[in-house]
Amino acid sequence: MTFSLQLFQFILSGLTTGSTYALIAIGFSLIHNATGIVNFAQGEFVMLGGMFMVTFYSVLELPMVIAFFLTVFSVAAVGLLLERGPIRQARSKEILILVMITVGASIFIKGLTMIFWGKNPMTLPPFSGEAPLILLEAAIMPQSIWIFGITVCVVVALNYFFKRTMMGKAMRAVAASRRSAMLTGIPVGRMILLSFTLSGALGAVAGIILTPITTTSYDVGVMLGLKGFSAAILGGYGSMPGAVLGGLLLGVLESLASGLISSEYKDALAFLILLMVLFFKPSGVLGKGKLRQV
Amino acid sequence: MEKKNKIYLLIYAFIILILPIFLSNNYYLMVLNVAALNIIVVIGLNLLTGYAGQISLGHAAFFGLGAYLSAIFTAAFHFPVWPTMMIAMFITGIVAYVIAIPTLKLEGHYLVMATLGFNVIVYIIMIQLDSVTGGPSGFAGIPRLQIGGFIFNSDRRIYYLFWAVSFGVLLLSLNLIRSRVGRALAALSHNEIAAKCSGIDTETYKINIFVISAVLTSLAGSLYAHYITFISPGTFSIFYSIQVVTMVLVGGMGSLWGSIFGAVLLTLLPEFLHSVKEYNVLIYGLVLMVIMVFFPQGLFPGILEVFGQRKKGER
Amino acid sequence: MMQETVLKNNQTILEGRGITLRFGGVEALNDLSFSVASHKIVSIIGPNGAGKTTLLNAITGVYSPDYGAIFFRGRSISGLKPFQIAVLGIHRTFQQTQLFSTMTVLENVMVGIHPKTKSGFLGGMLHLPKERKEEKKIREKAEAFLDFFDLLPKADWMAGHLSIAEQRRLEISRALAGDPEILLLDEPAAGLNIRETEAMGDLIVKLMGKGQTIILVEHNMHLVMGISDWLIVLHHGSKIGEGRPEEMQKDRRVVEAYLGT
Repeated sequence: MTFSLQLFQFILSGLTTGSTYALIAIGFSLIHNATGIVNFAQGEFVMLGGMFMVTFYSVLELPMVIAFFLTVFSVAAVGLLLERGPIRQARSKEILILVMITVGASIFIKGLTMIFWGKNPMTLPPFSGEAPLILLEAAIMPQSIWIFGITVCVVVALNYFFKRTMMGKAMRAVAASRRSAMLTGIPVGRMILLSFTLSGALGAVAGIILTPITTTSYDVGVMLGLKGFSAAILGGYGSMPGAVLGGLLLGVLESLASGLISSEYKDALAFLILLMVLFFKPSGVLGKGKLRQV
Repeated sequence: MEKKNKIYLLIYAFIILILPIFLSNNYYLMVLNVAALNIIVVIGLNLLTGYAGQISLGHAAFFGLGAYLSAIFTAAFHFPVWPTMMIAMFITGIVAYVIAIPTLKLEGHYLVMATLGFNVIVYIIMIQLDSVTGGPSGFAGIPRLQIGGFIFNSDRRIYYLFWAVSFGVLLLSLNLIRSRVGRALAALSHNEIAAKCSGIDTETYKINIFVISAVLTSLAGSLYAHYITFISPGTFSIFYSIQVVTMVLVGGMGSLWGSIFGAVLLTLLPEFLHSVKEYNVLIYGLVLMVIMVFFPQGLFPGILEVFGQRKKGER
Repeated sequence: MMQETVLKNNQTILEGRGITLRFGGVEALNDLSFSVASHKIVSIIGPNGAGKTTLLNAITGVYSPDYGAIFFRGRSISGLKPFQIAVLGIHRTFQQTQLFSTMTVLENVMVGIHPKTKSGFLGGMLHLPKERKEEKKIREKAEAFLDFFDLLPKADWMAGHLSIAEQRRLEISRALAGDPEILLLDEPAAGLNIRETEAMGDLIVKLMGKGQTIILVEHNMHLVMGISDWLIVLHHGSKIGEGRPEEMQKDRRVVEAYLGT
């Protein structure tokens, strides 16, 4: 295999995982824009997506499409419960306290998963078989095409939602200025609830499409969440194009580093990137200027 | 030091001294020994978080650094135990200093994520650098602590050593927060601009307290290694970082006595849940959520309030 | 280190040359030059948005001028960090009082003494004799200041529980406790009633009598005219007048600026 072919292969596989990072990153951005907090449980939403799908599809043997939507609704419900419950009830609205609540929630969800689903990794069959397709002499798993396709659909749908629907525009208003949004009669509380619910749904989608490739288990949430967060910061925290770009970029960089340098330290790369971005350009690739003045 | 604190310290010392007499089972002593080490970490972390207002979710990395540095140099290279511990603290301090400079310029959850990222990187290195660290299966054969010919080879002996060290750390920290530096730290966590305009070099102070908390954590890590004589990366994952931050939050940010409460409570808690091992994680998450939701100022201060102990000037 | 020569009355202690400060596209300060003589009460006045607080922030290092320079006792301080400028001897209060509200009244003043003291981490942790002596001195000095400001009976109160007027006094006493050469007061009379404002005016004059150079930003014209030795008038970030209060009262540009808004 020629070097450029290898490179191409790495990039393709990087774009695959990158797409899921992008979805996770969007989830982070949604909640950050609406509330200013980092939702530590985002990674667990992804993990739950895989878990629920396994239950609905493999165990209960429901048709794939139905299982897909049931899973998305279930995890969206988890997001909703998280917001309505601990977040809404919190006695202090300080951002750091709320972040620690999401930390607690992520551990709680993990613990619950350990009990209900056990500790063994589980997998889903790829959506349309395992035979690799050949594109320009490189092999692509069919699952990768599903991942791309679904991610593109989700991004397009979200784009439409935010630019063309009232609810989406309302959410953007809340992100821009909560006070102004309140003054113009936008139900901010409901928008926040929506952001958590949507993030849950997004996490679920990410989990469902990723599981056939990487399997899922009770502890994948942490890493995925952190990597998704890195991707969000890399691309420019808070912006959707930034999240998508960051996700894809992170996936590709990770894949290249893994293939060309060392596959053992691949996970560390995401965090190295996170640190580098935070230290040198916290506003990310698409962001403008510094994060704070004095 | 105020009279009140002196009295508390005396009572505390008394309890520490006589407690082992009532504990026949070594298992309890072992749990208390680990609690003593956690107290050291939590006090250091509380100085950073409760006083200087900088949250770190990466302290497991410093705990691990202390443990592995001590383990490797004493077991593989046969360096003497105590000087190695000092060197490990020094090296950890340098690592902390290098990390602190860019990290402490960040705010709020960016700071948290940077410390997390650092923790994960160190964790991965511990796992992957297996020729040096022993990898996921861990590192065994760490020599025990000894002074002269006296070997600390029983839980009871370790108990007195560890609690003496933790008592010392408590003393130094109580002194620090009542001093000029302590006031400066409190001021900068409250109102950074006012602190700066009052002549406080906030950047340097933040870095210094970060390094101090890291060094204390490293000390605890080294002691841990020589006690258990076996270490593995799993102990130093971000879960431990979250645990110690939880201990700080349960005790109340800024309250050193609260830190002791938090550390002891949350060290004992999983042990009580031993029989239901799978529930360990679940209950931890639940405890953290409940405390953060209903007692954001800390469980310990919350309890004190119930008993009418909260004073006007208390943080 | 720098306190070699005591400035005689009337020498220039603070000087700004061509200070320009931009925020995004907006020019907050525009080629501003001024000078302040020592042992005087100088008031910076101007309509809202004229850039008065911005100027204070530039002097204290909170903002760094894009162009121009600021000199304290002839030495350039533009670009220094706020804590460095405080250590050199310029202290301030804020438009909205920035106290350490959950620390005690006494502790707030003790923090003010920080730049003049030295004990560090080691001395603090080990409670060394030198540190103990210094702590005692800090406490005594802080109590003396509280006494001067009539706050001593409330020394153990949480700073946040004082009344507005008391909080203002506390903030000033914190700024003074570090023996600054220049005291910058940002709208000290805001939110005070007539009686309290008069008391504030008396206090400021008293402080000047004790050797302080005071720079005041104020809206209350009665107060300003009553106690100032010198006025600097700002409008839209530029200086439109500088001189004695009586002169400025009659200055055409100044009057227009105020009436025009």
